[in-house]
Amino acid sequence: MSLKREGKLTSSTDHLRDTQAARPPRTSNWLAFVSFAAVIAAQAYAILTSPADADMGHLQKIMYVHVPAAWMTFLSFFVVLVFSVRYLWRRQENDDLIAASAAEVGATFNGLTLMLGMIWGRPAWGVWWVWDARLTSTLVLFLIFVGYLALRAFTEDAQQKAQWSAAVGAIGALNVPIVYMSVKWWRTLHQPPSSPETLDPAYTLGLRINAIAMLLVLIYFIRRRYEIARLERAVEHMAEAAAMGGG
Amino acid sequence: MAWQDDWRRVRAIARKDVTTELRAKAGFNSVASLGVTILVLLGLALGPDAEALRNAAVGAVWLATLFSGVLAFNRSFQVELESGALEPLLLYPGPRWTIFAGKLLGNLIFLTLMVAIVVPAGVVLFGVQIPARWPSLLGVLALGVVGLVVLGTFYASMASRSRAREVLLPLLLFPMLVPVLLAATTASKALLGADVMHEAGAWIRLLVAYDLVFLTATFIAFEHVIEA
Repeated sequence: MSLKREGKLTSSTDHLRDTQAARPPRTSNWLAFVSFAAVIAAQAYAILTSPADADMGHLQKIMYVHVPAAWMTFLSFFVVLVFSVRYLWRRQENDDLIAASAAEVGATFNGLTLMLGMIWGRPAWGVWWVWDARLTSTLVLFLIFVGYLALRAFTEDAQQKAQWSAAVGAIGALNVPIVYMSVKWWRTLHQPPSSPETLDPAYTLGLRINAIAMLLVLIYFIRRRYEIARLERAVEHMAEAAAMGGG
Repeated sequence: MAWQDDWRRVRAIARKDVTTELRAKAGFNSVASLGVTILVLLGLALGPDAEALRNAAVGAVWLATLFSGVLAFNRSFQVELESGALEPLLLYPGPRWTIFAGKLLGNLIFLTLMVAIVVPAGVVLFGVQIPARWPSLLGVLALGVVGLVVLGTFYASMASRSRAREVLLPLLLFPMLVPVLLAATTASKALLGADVMHEAGAWIRLLVAYDLVFLTATFIAFEHVIEA
């Protein structure tokens, strides 16, 4: 760290050394290696072993990324809910940073799910988009968490940011089942309901191992984002301390 | 009695907000005019076919209500923030939720008055025939407005204190209101028609559930939001 060589900062960081925020978290690369290797292996297995679908042919292969990405989206927003509530309960900075990291990664997976779904939908259904319950509620979920991330971006004060986004995250997650239910009713009462997806056993194992591989990627991303958030906080604390003590 | 004291606080805050609006009038007049302007624009964009307009009427009225109503919520906190009156308000003895309830009540009165202008304007401009079941339509409208005001007031308590409040509030609020929009428009359309599928009742129950869930959730969360 080149900052430390400057005299002013060195003196002011001394008393911060004990605090959790000032210590940069340890980063490790083994998880990155394992998770991406797992994705490559799982994709290879699924693509090589699964037979061509009767209706869709090899187009069906997109399922091995699209469906796990959708599951990871919901999983990360569940993490946002849990850590937002935990933050409101215990008021620990780390909970806020984990929730924020999960929201960012979740929004990325959410965008990926929507994009892959559209790429799949265009040849399979002939249109890029249908106002189906799952599609629409996934899109609304994306918009809710775009709002969450915008709130964080537009708030300066760390405590305000943490408390507000915890409240918005928890209430946003609470809305997810209601949005899903309302869009489903809206659709089924007006158009014939889409047939339930039944999956042939030939595809399930490929899907499962891809979900596990994607879960490792999710954990790696959230962890990495969390480490960066901790580093950012540590830098902020150091700058504050420098301004207070050294100025 | 404690609850009577709380109720007095709620009324005092609501009365203060409504009085401020009534004395100035500029806020209400411009928000209500904006609502009517949006209706006119939607009519021009979707018209001039009378049948198409009649089918779009419910959606147009709800969108006009959402887009103009969202401006009212930030106002309700902005007036206090500009004069530095929010901190003294927080320092008054008594539970914090009474502040939220007071703001909520004030905004509910404001929005009800606004809807009383926007909805008749929509009925006239889009050529809607009032059915015999108009009281149920008013009920749907009331439940939808409650949902809008509950979340609008809650998000405005944060957005009004952030940078970029103008864009942040609708960005936070509108995706959350998707169930309200769907339930209110579908139920209203069903009630305006014959409701052959008897679907209005289910949507009204959904609206009631939505209002109750978020009324409870925002009352719990407000204490955490306002102190920050």
